Amino acid sequence: MAEFDVNERVDITDVVCPVTFVKAKVALEELDDGEILAVHMNDGEPVQNVPRSIKEDGHQILKLIDNGDSTYDLIVRKVGD
Amino acid sequence: MAVDYAALKAGGFMRQKQKNTFSLRLRVVGGTLTTEQLSTIIAVAKQYGHDYVHLTSRQGVEIPFIKLEDIEEVKAALAAGGVSPGVCGPRVRTVTACQAGKCCPSGCIDAYAIAEGLDQRYFGRQLPHKFKFGVTGCQNNCLKAEENDVGVKGGMTLNWVEDDCISCGVCEKACRRKAITMEDGKIIINDDLCNYCGRCVTACPTNAMEGTSGYLVYFGGTFGNDIQKGTDLVPILRDEETLYRVTDAAIDYFAENAQPGERFAKTLERLGWDELREKVKEAYHG
Repeated sequence: MAEFDVNERVDITDVVCPVTFVKAKVALEELDDGEILAVHMNDGEPVQNVPRSIKEDGHQILKLIDNGDSTYDLIVRKVGD
Repeated sequence: MAVDYAALKAGGFMRQKQKNTFSLRLRVVGGTLTTEQLSTIIAVAKQYGHDYVHLTSRQGVEIPFIKLEDIEEVKAALAAGGVSPGVCGPRVRTVTACQAGKCCPSGCIDAYAIAEGLDQRYFGRQLPHKFKFGVTGCQNNCLKAEENDVGVKGGMTLNWVEDDCISCGVCEKACRRKAITMEDGKIIINDDLCNYCGRCVTACPTNAMEGTSGYLVYFGGTFGNDIQKGTDLVPILRDEETLYRVTDAAIDYFAENAQPGERFAKTLERLGWDELREKVKEAYHG
């Protein structure tokens, strides 16, 4: 993950939809414009839906990293204050 | 003078088990009524009915307990408020639709516009038996396209724009059908697996997955006494003009070939699908 300078991380593997997105959203709110968040999520519904919801909120998705253990890290740049 | 119940039924007045009393079916397209129309319906149900309405299984509205002697007054009161009676019997029924295009984020087409188009084209058309159209905006299928005589479902065909792609891998995971794979940063779409749901289009962070709206059409569905799932006969349609050519071909085939009281599914069971398939293919190719 060297290519991304991650400012903050949030783990949403311990919650289910729709709290997954809520938790990611709250974490993004804590950041400043341009800062980068890594969202650690499970396979299945979270990885199918959370990226779309984050996009709809206007943030910039940079990468989805497959950790190879049925979890993913979504790298997001916060857009807006 | 004898009451012409068949004519009343054709005009939406359905005979109740209570003598000389009718449940009045209203004309509703895609489950949408304005507040003005609703106010009119409320006033009529209060004055002439039993102060309630019934919501039908296909997005229609009925005002029960209308008295035979009030029918003309009821029609006039409804017309003044922009409401028309519906239909019953052997003809094209209420066209249903979801909110795709209006406000639903999942919709791939403007379902209401298509429902209006079908309504204007066919509503009330006399046929050998009832004939139902339904329009649903996407694969979520809230409006159950395949349970209609002719059902329409919105979809999206894909075009991957390599220059805009950041190879993030979101589309690969957004796809529920495993139709998308990424190899060396390049996206490969398996057309045999893609069901045109458009989820990758909405999920892509850089809009590198371009979606073009289209229509999937299903024929011969019914969900009453005998249940049949509608079948597709042609690939996804690209434009409204082709869609209406295809629906024309299907309804004309039904008008010409069905026996009185025979649903589309039964006609196809009796005659086979080959001739309809040919007619629909001809219409598809223009």
